[in-house]
Amino acid sequence: MNSNLHQQRIMDILWRRFVIVAPYLWLFIFFLAPFAIIFKISFADPIVAQPPFTPLFNFSVQADKWFYFTLDNYRFLLEDNLYWISYLKSFKIAFISTCLCLLIGYPMAYAIARASPVWRNVLLFLIILPFWTSFLLRVYAWMGILSTHGVINNLLISIGFIDQPLKLLYTDFAVYVGIVYSYLPFMILPLFANLVKLDFDLNEAAADLGATPLVIFRDITLPLSMPGIIAGSLLVFIPALGEFVIPALLGGLDTLMIGRTLYDEFFSNRDWPLSSAVATVLLLILVLPMMIFQHHQINETDYQE
Amino acid sequence: MNRQRSTFLITVLCFGYAFLYIPIIMVMIYSFNDSRIVSVWGGFSFRWYLALLDNRQIIEAALLSLRIAFISATIATILGTLAGLALTRMGRFRGRILFTGMIVAPLVMPEVITGLSLLLLFVSLQDFIGWPGQRGATTIMIGHITFSMAYVAVIVQSRLMSMDQSLEEAAMDLGGRPFRVTIDITLPIIAPAMLSGWLLAFTLSLDDLVIASFVSGPGASTLPMWIYSKIRLGVTPDINALATIIITIVSIGVVIACWLMLRQEKQRQQDAQLAYKNNL
Amino acid sequence: MVEETSDQSTEKPAWQDPAAKPFIQIENVSKDFNGFIAVNKVSLDIYQGELFSILGASGCGKTTLLRILAGFERPTTGRILIDGMDMTNIPPYERPINMMFQSYAVFPHMTVEKNVAYGLKKEGIAKEQIQTRVAEMLELVQMTEFAKRKPHQLSGGQLQRVALARALVKKPKVLLLDEPLAALDKKLREHTQFELMNIQDQIGVTFVVVTHDQDEAMILSSRIVVMHKGELIQCGTPKEIYEYPINRYVADFFGTINLFEGNVSRVDDKTMEVECKEISTTVKALSSDTTRVNDQLTIAVRPEKISISKEAPEGEDLSILKGIVWDLGYYGKLSIYKVRTETGKVIQVSAQNRIRSAERVLEWDEEVYLSWDIQSSVVLTE
Repeated sequence: MNSNLHQQRIMDILWRRFVIVAPYLWLFIFFLAPFAIIFKISFADPIVAQPPFTPLFNFSVQADKWFYFTLDNYRFLLEDNLYWISYLKSFKIAFISTCLCLLIGYPMAYAIARASPVWRNVLLFLIILPFWTSFLLRVYAWMGILSTHGVINNLLISIGFIDQPLKLLYTDFAVYVGIVYSYLPFMILPLFANLVKLDFDLNEAAADLGATPLVIFRDITLPLSMPGIIAGSLLVFIPALGEFVIPALLGGLDTLMIGRTLYDEFFSNRDWPLSSAVATVLLLILVLPMMIFQHHQINETDYQE
Repeated sequence: MNRQRSTFLITVLCFGYAFLYIPIIMVMIYSFNDSRIVSVWGGFSFRWYLALLDNRQIIEAALLSLRIAFISATIATILGTLAGLALTRMGRFRGRILFTGMIVAPLVMPEVITGLSLLLLFVSLQDFIGWPGQRGATTIMIGHITFSMAYVAVIVQSRLMSMDQSLEEAAMDLGGRPFRVTIDITLPIIAPAMLSGWLLAFTLSLDDLVIASFVSGPGASTLPMWIYSKIRLGVTPDINALATIIITIVSIGVVIACWLMLRQEKQRQQDAQLAYKNNL
Repeated sequence: MVEETSDQSTEKPAWQDPAAKPFIQIENVSKDFNGFIAVNKVSLDIYQGELFSILGASGCGKTTLLRILAGFERPTTGRILIDGMDMTNIPPYERPINMMFQSYAVFPHMTVEKNVAYGLKKEGIAKEQIQTRVAEMLELVQMTEFAKRKPHQLSGGQLQRVALARALVKKPKVLLLDEPLAALDKKLREHTQFELMNIQDQIGVTFVVVTHDQDEAMILSSRIVVMHKGELIQCGTPKEIYEYPINRYVADFFGTINLFEGNVSRVDDKTMEVECKEISTTVKALSSDTTRVNDQLTIAVRPEKISISKEAPEGEDLSILKGIVWDLGYYGKLSIYKVRTETGKVIQVSAQNRIRSAERVLEWDEEVYLSWDIQSSVVLTE
């Protein structure tokens, strides 16, 4: 009887351990540890071999060369304009796209939050639905619309607005359209979740104290929806900064976004150490917004508890 | 004033939804275009759909993608649920902040970084322990599990937080050991959240191009990889047809899933009301 | 009825002075929410300085009426006049009325001070003046030391004071209070009731309170209006409504009351006798000009108006009946008896425990006599 109880207690502890350790270990090996490897390889030289980089520790040579590392990759990043331009352009495109998403997404989220419960469910469903369907194919859909003989150009020519087709596809403009289109639900959902929780009594109280509708929006709704704005903006900004598919399919040759540069460096030039250095710098840029995001998520969950 | 504002909001909604849906509808319309030149309407036809059926490559890629999606969604749901439990039911433990960080970060991490880092990990592991050998379906699955378990964890976690914890306390009070309480009480209640987590993980896996491109080896080509290799050079009519099929299947699936959940919820409310009335 | 109110103040109250001008006039107001009539043709005059309560069960339309006064809802028909000015189409932010919300609606992202100052800022008042007025108001509600706190650091009672201060600082002509005490616990509620009355007394603003709690309404109000299903049932001072309810609904809503149906068997110019079959007793009551023999009516008697005794009481104007103690409960300052008559009807009686004694004077199953004075029989004709 007693040993049985003892056994059960051990089982309880093992279960608890398992719940924590299993996902922890998985994420540690397959999510966190790889960053250390990226970091390590960013200090190696590319060589023609399999794998195509020099090892950081090499014990098969003389003792003084066991440890070998080079800053060449980072030096190269600094010297070659290509990378500077890519980072800056990614930043610019991600930032402007985030603003555009906010401008379009905020009134939509507000309208959905203020709709009657039945309508609210339908509208919300229609926001989520594209999110489930293929991202790649939704980006592809724009290729057909924006191309030289695409829907928009055909339409504009047929109504006599223009004579020659406009170049829309393979431009920065197309990339903005693609990013805003793909990431709009990520902006709307956290905003909606925030706005729907807002107590409408507060608006009425402000009206009662003499605030007109626009003033109420500025004084009450906007500041109180700040958490939603931050969450939505980060959910758009961070992935957009490293976006690859959209600039690759919709962007022109000069739409140098860092995700695309990294991809090309890796697959076309097969320079693994250099792409590791590019990735390391991108990660460093993203650390701050990601920490804000995580801090925000934890705050949000603490608040709910 | 009020009327003006609602007119403005309705206009915004109409434009917003048009923006979200017109591109998809356009692809669907043009998939029935008989003409080889995509932008010129050459009459209604099913020829591109028939062409798809003859294409062995597509069918093989689709089957591979489905297999990967099914397995990775299942494992991601298990691990993600455990992670959700660890975050909400296990109190404080060492490394909790790092743990939450690792749950949240994959949600926003650019795919190029995740893909590159995983590939480098596999290459290094190969060097050290001789695993995973040939890269392909297995490595893609590992990549997909890693980022989709974060989504599952977030969904499950939010359900666990809104769940009435006194149910579990009551079960423990009645003598249920932690493991049994989780199996008997917690899991049945969070099952809908786990199901939506699984569905999300499944579609995310089906959808992924970048991570798969990095960690895949020769010979293993998923459906998105195949699509990408075709569309990077421009619009092709058979992709229109493929897109229409995929989007239609997924939409119908999502609509049915939502409808079932809604109906279940309504039924429960009706039952509760009926029970209340009978009590009076 | 006039005698009843005269002991409260030497002056005649405004609502009895035909020359007095009503401050708030609600004229024939109705509100139709897509076929659901929340407020049905309500007309009401409220005078300056009153503490007026709108009382009713949930869903009776009292909150809708308050929201129409505040300007959040527009009446389907009728108009609202304040101080003689038509307010029906004026938006809430231009009305000289402020409201204290049931949820208090204290802005969570502003400090106590900023909350109170908000309304004044919207008026465009100079900064120094805002500061002094906010400080004064915080002093009045005893919240000065919490001026820099954020709402989540305050208790329910403190939030209520902030909401009150925020509404009062604008010096409104009328303050509307939506269930002002519902969110507070019992002890705090009693304390706050008297504080509200004090503040109202100090600044002399007209208060209109919506509540579902008849005790709260009785204690607070100068006058009460009872609403039911969107309609106005009775309006009067707390005493009038308690002592002279006009129908069973009002009688029942204000505490416990014993009701006996019967037929008039005898009438003279002042009194009448009513034959009540369900207690097989003849009940004496005061008659009115319209009372005729054989009229069907209901006699209502409050439990505390009935005396209970072991010996048969004597008196010309008493209604007397016999029964046995069916149940009794000790409530500290009073005891409640449920007495069963020979016909099976149970009558509730409450008696003050004036003598301190461990022994009960009356026990279960004991035979007792119930009696009440002719003035305590309330006649309900509806």
